Amino acid sequence: MTITLTHFLMISAVLFSLGLFAVITRRNAIMVLMGIELILNSANINFLAFSRYSGMNIEGQMAAIFVIILAAAEAAIALAIVLNIYKRFNTVNVDEISILKD
Amino acid sequence: MIPQLTIALAILFIPLVSFVILIFFGKRFAEKSGLIGTAFLGADLLLSVYLFFSKMFSEDKVWDFTFTWIDLHTVINSIPLKLDIGIMVDNLTAVMLVVVTLISFLVHLFSLEYMKGDVRYSRYYANLGIFTFSMLGIVVTNNYLLMYVFWELVGLSSYLLIGHWYEKKSAADAGKKAFIVNRVGDLGFFIGIMIVWVQFSTLTFSGIFSAIGGGNIPFGSTNWLTAAGLLIFCGAIGKSAQFPLHVWLPDAMEGPTPVSALIHAATMVAAGVYLVARTFPMLTADALLVIAYFGAVTAFIAATIAIVQNDIKKILAYSTVSQLGYMVMGLGVGAYTAGVMHLVTHAAFKAGLFLASGSVIHAMHHALHHQGDHHTDAQDIRFMGGLKSKMPITFWTILIFTLAISGVPFTSGFLSKDEILAGTLAFSHFNGHTIIPIIGFFVAGLTAFYMFRMLIVAFMGEHQNKERIAHIHESPRVMTVPLMVLAALSFFFFFSLNPLSASHGWFFEKMTYPTVAVPATVAATPTEEFVEEIHHQHNLAMILSVGIAGLGILLAFTTYFWKKISADAFEKALKPVHTFLYRKWYFDELYDATFVAATMGIAKILAWFDGAIVDGIVNGAGHVTKFIAVVSGKFDSIVVDGLVNFTAFTAGISGRLLRTVQTGKIQTYIIFAIAGMMALMMFYIG
Repeated sequence: MTITLTHFLMISAVLFSLGLFAVITRRNAIMVLMGIELILNSANINFLAFSRYSGMNIEGQMAAIFVIILAAAEAAIALAIVLNIYKRFNTVNVDEISILKD
Repeated sequence: MIPQLTIALAILFIPLVSFVILIFFGKRFAEKSGLIGTAFLGADLLLSVYLFFSKMFSEDKVWDFTFTWIDLHTVINSIPLKLDIGIMVDNLTAVMLVVVTLISFLVHLFSLEYMKGDVRYSRYYANLGIFTFSMLGIVVTNNYLLMYVFWELVGLSSYLLIGHWYEKKSAADAGKKAFIVNRVGDLGFFIGIMIVWVQFSTLTFSGIFSAIGGGNIPFGSTNWLTAAGLLIFCGAIGKSAQFPLHVWLPDAMEGPTPVSALIHAATMVAAGVYLVARTFPMLTADALLVIAYFGAVTAFIAATIAIVQNDIKKILAYSTVSQLGYMVMGLGVGAYTAGVMHLVTHAAFKAGLFLASGSVIHAMHHALHHQGDHHTDAQDIRFMGGLKSKMPITFWTILIFTLAISGVPFTSGFLSKDEILAGTLAFSHFNGHTIIPIIGFFVAGLTAFYMFRMLIVAFMGEHQNKERIAHIHESPRVMTVPLMVLAALSFFFFFSLNPLSASHGWFFEKMTYPTVAVPATVAATPTEEFVEEIHHQHNLAMILSVGIAGLGILLAFTTYFWKKISADAFEKALKPVHTFLYRKWYFDELYDATFVAATMGIAKILAWFDGAIVDGIVNGAGHVTKFIAVVSGKFDSIVVDGLVNFTAFTAGISGRLLRTVQTGKIQTYIIFAIAGMMALMMFYIG
């Protein structure tokens, strides 16, 4: 059995769905962030898969590296925000942080 | 402008200055305001006398100054449309100026004592000033426009003076009556002026007469000329108290007695006669005939009423109306100079009679006041009697005036009355209207009778009340001097050196007949022929008039002095006639029942119309507006407000609904975002 592009895309889709599920269902802000990481990585898989199956061009790999850099920066900022939220509300439960409503 | 006319202007405006000073500063001068007014009038009199003499010794026919007041720069029918006004002095004006200023001055002087202590002393003198000004204005203008203006001013000042004691209802009513009745005549005068203006486009006397003389007749018909003359005469009917508008003059006696002497005997009422004299050249034979009949009827009616009156001022008032009728009749028959002369002589002796009656009333008031009697009428001759010995100066002067008005020889009244009667005889000789001289002579007899009745009842015989007569005293000098001056002027030598005929005196020489302007076909008897006939009739007129006057006087003495004939018995026997005369021919009642009632009726109808219809329409409009406002208000509050509220309500509901979506939970938003994205993907891809 040969591994085709469809396999990669299936895995990527599963990974994206898991990430999305985590983002939607987890109450802990850290868990939400981890879900976001999953979504970003599913995107990376897509980039690389398309790069591999369309003639090994470098642009897809470059985009993947760019996303990794972006994820790192995002994690840094997001964790800082979460830290501040914790300082303010004494919790990281996203359900309880709903002052945006008022 | 020649210097004499400057003097005429000064004469005109001096009384106005007096008026202005007294009306504005009268309160400050208080007691002195009388002296101020008198001083002004004294100066005015001197100027008038000077002007009179310079005119009499001048060869000029007329001094005239005319200037264009309004120029429309338009030419219609080759006549420029412009309004000329100005002043003029001819012999008639010069005489009238002296008459007016002299009587006015004497009245000012007389009033110093008579009006002493009056509440509106300075106002009284101010009003005398404005009256004198207006009266002088009438005689000094040379056109109908200014004459009409001054004519109305005279009406106004007369109204002010009659109503001087306006707290008294009868005085206030008399003022109104005089003013309104005069307005009736003035309406005709005004229409006459308009006819003249439309035809001749000028209102100056000389302009009108030369236009008529040149064959220019209103609307091409001599009937219009007659109508214009008669309409202008309407003004004289009102002002000179001619039948049927004579009713205001007796009521005007409610004013102070010196005012009656000035206005209602000598000057204002003479203005109508003056107007006829001024208009004389444009009067046709028909117009003159009507005027003569008006004068005759007036003279007759007033004389019959005067016989039965008991109020001394009422007798004099009706006597004045009668004498004015005489003057108008004189002018009407064509005896121009005689009519004007009677105006002048009458002014002197009638003013004298009124001032003398003022003197008597003054004395009676004092006596009654002394007695504490407030019921007896101080003006009723029946309560006087025997005043001769107590008031000698007043008695002798009043005797002279009475002789003059009765037409006894050697008096001024004889000269003028005689000429008028000769004129009526000449008139009937030419056109057969014999009723005019018959009325003339009859009225002369009546005049002599009622004047001597007044004199005998008031001054001779015995006074009934011993206590009262003891308190009656002769009036002070300031009141008797004017009487003496006027008495002197009632003698013949001021008018003619011949005591039996005036026709060769200065008056007849200077006051010549004006040139008749109307076409010969409609003119009265030519002047030369007429004057010739007067000379023929003169002796007959003199004999008849002296005889009839003597008869009247004799009758008065037999009835009231020797009491050979009982006046009471006569009164009882002729009760209906007496009542008819005593109630003044029921003129007031007639006018009350017709004109006044009709006016009141119309006023009531109009008031009803105003109250019911006009107010109804206004109120209806109000109701409709209110109804529309209510409807519009409801529409506003229900529909407009409903829409606005509905919008707000809808916005509120949507807000409340949409609010539930905004939970503030980040994960819900993500779900929405993903759901939305999936929906879009399904729409575009699937």
